Formats: sequence, structure tokens, C-alpha cells
Amino acid sequence: MTPLVVIEGLSKYYLRGDQVIPVLVDLSLEVAEGEYVALMGPSGSGKSTLLNLIAGIDKPSSGTIRIGGIDIAALSDAELALWRSINVGFVFQFYNLMPVLTAFGNVELPLQLTTLSRPERRERVEAALALVGLTDRAMHLPNELSGGQQQRVAIARALITDPTLIVADEPTGDLDRATAQEILGLLGRLNDELGKTIIMVTHDPKAAETAHRLVHLEKGELVA
Amino acid sequence: MAVPIGYIARNLVARRLTTALTAGGMALVVYVFATVLMLAAGLRATLVSTGQPDNVVVIRRGSVTEVQSGISRDQASVVESLPDIAVAGDGMRLISKESVVLISLPKRSTGKPGNVTVRGVTAAGLELRPQVKLVAGRMFHPGTSEIVVGRAIATGFRGAQLDDTLRFGSREWTVVGEFDAGRTGFDSEIWGDATQMLQAFRRNGYSSIVFKLADPDRFDAVKTELESDPRLTIEAKRERQFYADQSQALASFIRVLGTGISIIFSIGAVIGAAITMYASVASRTAEIGTLRALGFRRSAVLIAFLTEALLLGLVGGIAGLVAASFMQAVTISTTNFQTFAEIAFSFALTPAIVAASLAFALGMGLVGGFLPAARAARMKIVDALRAA
Ligand SMILES: Nc1ncnc2c1ncn2[C@@H]1O[C@H](COP(=O)(O)OP(=O)(O)OP(=O)(O)O)[C@@H](O)[C@H]1O
Ligand SMILES: [Mg+2]
Repeated sequence: MTPLVVIEGLSKYYLRGDQVIPVLVDLSLEVAEGEYVALMGPSGSGKSTLLNLIAGIDKPSSGTIRIGGIDIAALSDAELALWRSINVGFVFQFYNLMPVLTAFGNVELPLQLTTLSRPERRERVEAALALVGLTDRAMHLPNELSGGQQQRVAIARALITDPTLIVADEPTGDLDRATAQEILGLLGRLNDELGKTIIMVTHDPKAAETAHRLVHLEKGELVA
Repeated sequence: MAVPIGYIARNLVARRLTTALTAGGMALVVYVFATVLMLAAGLRATLVSTGQPDNVVVIRRGSVTEVQSGISRDQASVVESLPDIAVAGDGMRLISKESVVLISLPKRSTGKPGNVTVRGVTAAGLELRPQVKLVAGRMFHPGTSEIVVGRAIATGFRGAQLDDTLRFGSREWTVVGEFDAGRTGFDSEIWGDATQMLQAFRRNGYSSIVFKLADPDRFDAVKTELESDPRLTIEAKRERQFYADQSQALASFIRVLGTGISIIFSIGAVIGAAITMYASVASRTAEIGTLRALGFRRSAVLIAFLTEALLLGLVGGIAGLVAASFMQAVTISTTNFQTFAEIAFSFALTPAIVAASLAFALGMGLVGGFLPAARAARMKIVDALRAA
């Protein structure tokens, strides 16, 4: 399979005062198209940092990140925003839904950045909500939904623009075991049935088992 | 590629108490701003409508008001000989030589004295003011010490009601009627017979002459003729212009003072809006990060928060205007310091005032929202998301 994500010589430092704090050091990684990767490692090892860099919401200190052949580190803020809206779906630990919007409104949000007409958007949102099994909750606000339901809305939102890549930072971190299993099942189906490439950060070995490949991060470096 | 307006508006609704309090502060400022402009507009409307379009007022050159003016009998005869004066159906020439004096009467509300205009008019003078209608009693009889009072005088001053007697010009005058002048300046006047007034106040000349033009288009020619006549030291104005000019000083004083006060108040309202918007940004940091991650640009975030602040201003503006609109039912009476006479007028809400008030409210929202919106737009995505 062709690699979707190609990372070479990636480093990320933070400056605290005049002290340089290395978070990721000369890291290289490839993720094939259609792959499902679990990223594990101790707290503070740089998992979220790496995921954010791949998702194009943070900039590396050095090195290249090519995704689908595009060097995203070289894009401007505005270009990167457009690139994300087309290519990346986000799933967060705490769902990050807009509290004032219904499930429908939340799933529709990324489509506001497209030129789709209102009926086209409606059709897509309904299909996405059906896929995550929340058709009957479309008009509910996030605070009227359980954690698992909110995460399913978030997954529908991540899918709605049909991106190639889905990044998930501890998507089950705030859920109980049974609900976590449901969400993992759903992510598995996105990978299996829809062919989405998924990169998931998790602390949970059970969650990691559902992925095709396990990548370990230790003090900013990959360990096989 | 904008953040949907529904999301923006719903956030305001979600924080309804804060929204209401902040918009309430702005509403108060808009209320003050609008009512002051309404006051100036009402004064102007009252005075402008006092004049008839084809009436001409003649006063002594250089005097702004009739009270300051004086026209001798000789000069009056010259004016009277003009061929351009309109003639009524019954053959009466529509020209009125009038005397105008100020007297002091106690106000009904406070008992404090206020200056009231007393006008001596002729039969033609009544014809010249068709807006003046008797609403009680009867018209004064010429040659007697009878007077009629305007509506605002009857309601605003003591001892000026039907059948009362008033003492001025060393005589007793009996109020025999009350008239309604259709919310014009005449509502704040007392009228009697011109000859009787001249006698009572021991005047030799008149204060002003009012006449109707047979051909309104001849105004400029008539004005030139009168003002260039070497026997006359007078000036002629269209009656409408004459009264509009009298509103100038008080109206601009009210406007300047009111706008000044509103601007000072608005600083408070703007700070209130800024605090509210900062709180809104702070409590929604994670949402801002999420929006940006989903692909909304910095500019979209900036516009979203500015729009929110503008909506806040709009709500305040509308609330303030609604409150101000109730003031239209209120009539107030004050001294026009150009004529030194009391004038009663109402608050008038004009489309221009509505537009100015809304612009003012939106301006407050924009100024208050700018820094918070800029902060929201400047955030780094990862930092914003970490705030969850
Ligand atoms: N903005 C920042 N400024 C300074 N240091 C930072 C910043 N962001 C992250 N770090 C540091 O980078 C390191 C890696 O952080 P990161 O969030 O990637 O870890 P993580 O592996 O996701 O941990 P966890 O499992 O706890 O989520 C940490 O030591 C963190 O303190
Ligand atoms: Mg993390």
C-alpha cells in the first residue's frame, strides 16, 4: 500500500524561558493508506503533540510531514485550515461539541465550510447520524446526550466531509468499558467499511488491540 | 466561510442573563441618546409647523424674535401698501399687524414663573393661521379686554383657564376661549385684540407684520422690494423659516449636550460589552480551538465574535429605542432661550433618529467586542484545545 503519512526527521521543541524542552526528537514514521494505528506511551511522551502535528493544528520545529504528498508544514495558516477541513476528521477525548448546537447542527458544522446546498448538507448529515445510530437524537443538544452518544456525534462530525485521515486523541478516555467498546467498534467499521486511515492515541491496551499496528512513543522517540 | 449565525445567536441566548444585563446597559445609553435627539427634533417640528408656507413675517432688521422687533406705524403703512398681499373671499386683505409681548405666569406644576407670549392679532391674523381652532369658549370680541389661550397655556399655567381673569398691561383680561393650534408654537401663546394690546402696553408701533402672499413664488421679489426700500428698516422671512430659525439655538444646545452625555455614558456600556465578550471568549476557548481545528479560519473566529458583539449592541439598541418611543406621548414645556418664551413640544422619533441610535448601539458593540474578538482570533489551536 502507498503511504498516506510520511514523517521524516520530525522534531518539536518548546521554549520555557531560555530553556529548550525537546518533546519530539528526529522522529520518522510512515502510515499506509487505510491503516489503523494506535499510538501508545507514557504520559508526557509526546503522543498528543505528534498527533496534532499530523493533523495540521501545530507546526513542527524541524522536519517534514507529508500527507497525501503535501508537505503540510510548508502551508500557510489559511491553506492549512482549508487542508484540514477537507482531509482530516477530529475525534477528541471530551467530544468538543458545540453546546448550543443540536447533534444535527454539530455534525453539519464542517459542511458550512463547503459550497454544498442546504438540502445536500441535510442529506449528508442524516446519513452520518444514521451511520452512528443517532437518527432519533438529531435534534438533541449535547447536554441531553450520554458521553457515548456525544462521542458518536463527534465521530459523525469527523466523517461528514469524507476525509481520508481520522485522528483520535484518547477517544475512549472518558467512557466506561462497555461504551468504549461501542466507540472502538465504530472506529473499526470506519476503517474496515469506509477505508478511513485512523491514528488513535490511547492509554488503554484493550483499545490498542483493535488497531492494526501499535506504535510506542517513549520520551519523544519511537520504540518498535 | 463563516461561522453560522445560528451558532452565534444561540450563544447569546444561552447566556441570557449576561446578555440581558449587558444589552440593558447599552439600552440605557441608547435611550438617553434617542430621547435627547427626539427632544431636539420635537422642538424643531413644533416650531417649523408653526409657520404657514406662503405666509411672510416682517420684523425689524437684525432682530431674531418678534419681542425684540419694532415696526413704526409709518413703516407698517408702507408694507400694507404692497400689491402682493392675498385677499380673502370676503375682500379682506390678509395682513395682520401684531404686537407681541412677554408676561410672567406661574407654572401649574411648580408655581415658578414662566414667560408667556401674548400676541395682539387682528381678524386677518386669525385667517392667516388656519391651524388655530377654538376648542372651548368663544373667540375674543375686538375692542374688548378679552383673550383666548392656547392649549399648552391652559394646561401648563395657573389662572389661565376659561373664565379666569389675568392681570397684565395694567388691565384685567378675561379668558373667553381656549384654542388648539395643532401642536405648533401658538399653543404656547395668549391671543387678544391687537389695538387693545397696543393701548394696554402703551405701544406706538407694532412688533411684527404677517401677511399671506397672493403668489407664493413672488417671495424673493417681495423680499427684495421690502428690504431695499430706503424708508424701511425691516427684513422679511417666510414664516416657516422664521420659526425654524427660532429652534436653532435650543435644538443644537440640546443635541450637543445630549450627545456629549451619551458618549460619556457609552464608555461604561462599551466596557460592559468588552467584559461580557472577554468572558464569552474565555468560557468558549475549547470551542474556539475546535472551530479552528475543523477548518474555520482566524478571520472567521474574529467575525463570529464581532458579530456576537454587534448582535448584543443591536438588542440593546432596539430595547433602548422601544423605551424611547414611549416618550412620544410626553409633552414638555421649557423656555426657548432664543425668544425667552415658554414653548411646549413633544418628543419626536424620526427615521433619522432610529438610524442614528441603532448605529450608535452597533458602534458600542463593535468597540466593546473588538479586543475580545481579536484575542479569540489570535489563539493557537493547540493551546485553545488544551483549555477543555
Ligand atoms: N505549549 C507547551 N509548552 C510547553 N510544554 C508543552 C506544551 N505542550 C506540551 N508540552 C510538553 O510536551 C510534552 C508532551 O506533551 P503531550 O501532550 O504531547 O503528551 P502526551 O503524550 O499526549 O501525554 P498524555 O498522555 O498525558 O496526554 C509534555 O512534557 C508537555 O508538558
Ligand atoms: Mg495527550
